[in-house]
Amino acid sequence: MTALTIRRPTLPLPVVAGTAVFAWLVAWIVEAPAADWFTFSVLGLQHDSHLGEATAFFLEDLPKVLLLLLGIVTVVTLIRGFFPPERIRPMLAGRGLVPGSFAAAGLGIVTPFCSCSAVPLFIGFVEAGVPLGVTFAFLISSPMVNEVALVMLWGLFGPAIALAYMAAGLTVAIVGGLVIGKLGLERYVEDYVWELQGRPTISISVRLTWSDRLTDAWSYTRALVRKLLPYLIAGIGIGALIHGYAPTDLVAAIGGRSNPLAVPIVVLLAVPMYSNAAGTIPIVQALLGKGMPLGTTLAFMMAVTAISLPEFVILRRVMKLPLLAVFIGVVSSGIVAIGYLFNVFVS
Amino acid sequence: MRTIEVLGSGCPNCRRLEANAREAVMMAGVEAEVSHVTDPREIVGRGVMSTPGLAIDGTIVSTGRIPSAGDIATWLSES
Repeated sequence: MTALTIRRPTLPLPVVAGTAVFAWLVAWIVEAPAADWFTFSVLGLQHDSHLGEATAFFLEDLPKVLLLLLGIVTVVTLIRGFFPPERIRPMLAGRGLVPGSFAAAGLGIVTPFCSCSAVPLFIGFVEAGVPLGVTFAFLISSPMVNEVALVMLWGLFGPAIALAYMAAGLTVAIVGGLVIGKLGLERYVEDYVWELQGRPTISISVRLTWSDRLTDAWSYTRALVRKLLPYLIAGIGIGALIHGYAPTDLVAAIGGRSNPLAVPIVVLLAVPMYSNAAGTIPIVQALLGKGMPLGTTLAFMMAVTAISLPEFVILRRVMKLPLLAVFIGVVSSGIVAIGYLFNVFVS
Repeated sequence: MRTIEVLGSGCPNCRRLEANAREAVMMAGVEAEVSHVTDPREIVGRGVMSTPGLAIDGTIVSTGRIPSAGDIATWLSES
């Protein structure tokens, strides 16, 4: 039913886009002061009180994250409309393992990925002659270094941690691709995938106008934010409670430096939280504020986005178990290694 | 009788596209059968890597996006 109500804007496109950008900027500027004013003047809560701190945290972070998601996901979706996998594939097919893995990891940032596309994408890459290692570099990077996680990190932690996360994710993807490529596991790809090789590919010749692209990007973003909203509210709510109430000693005892197993434990904890980066990152932000080390934090977030049971089940259709096991093993050890490295070298 | 095929694994996006396609058939007022192709071999064999894909009378008209019912209706009446 929604499709009927989506109408092409009757106003000229630049006017609509310009108005939207202006409204976004105004909201971005007034959001934090408005949250403060509401908490401490309208509700009359006290600074330094548990309730006041928690409420301010919630009222400031929720609109901030929503604004970031609406703005940046729209822009990213618009940009990556120009990089469909059909176009990425020839760029990766002619390369060797090393340059290919670097390129695939980088392209994974801009390319759309949902686990339901993983199978056609995998077959499509392999049949076009993209080396197996390069394909895996892409499969690791694309869901892990995604715009929702980056936006949440940038908004809640600042640019330094968002960039550290991106660099760490790219490293795991590149190294993972190289390792899997060197192991020569081609025989563990399901046989029918190889039989498809050499088929002619069809080029799809639908011309998209800017108006099509903007409408697409906006409706994708709206659907995404609507889906994430309950997790965001829950995540930021729990984050606010931790921020206002949780004693620092408790967090430090469980996730802190003194617990050498903290990194693998948080990676395991992250497995059932697949694709809930939106809900988990606010909780993690509060934990970081209470003394959880950066490496442990990064490892947790990378595991949330990259280790996904539903995706592994889907990929089982194209890979035999040993290859799937190597894939899971390489990604998890990469994430744990990144966690320890950051804990040791960044304090 | 026209044929419309949705190519995808049955994820929420594919189901949204199928709903749009069914609506488009009503809007365009044509006789058409809407079906769902879920076999990954066939999806890739037809050149689609980003799901959902949409084919009208066997020709792929869109991949990796969810065209509106209005768009699909236009394609139905144009071709």
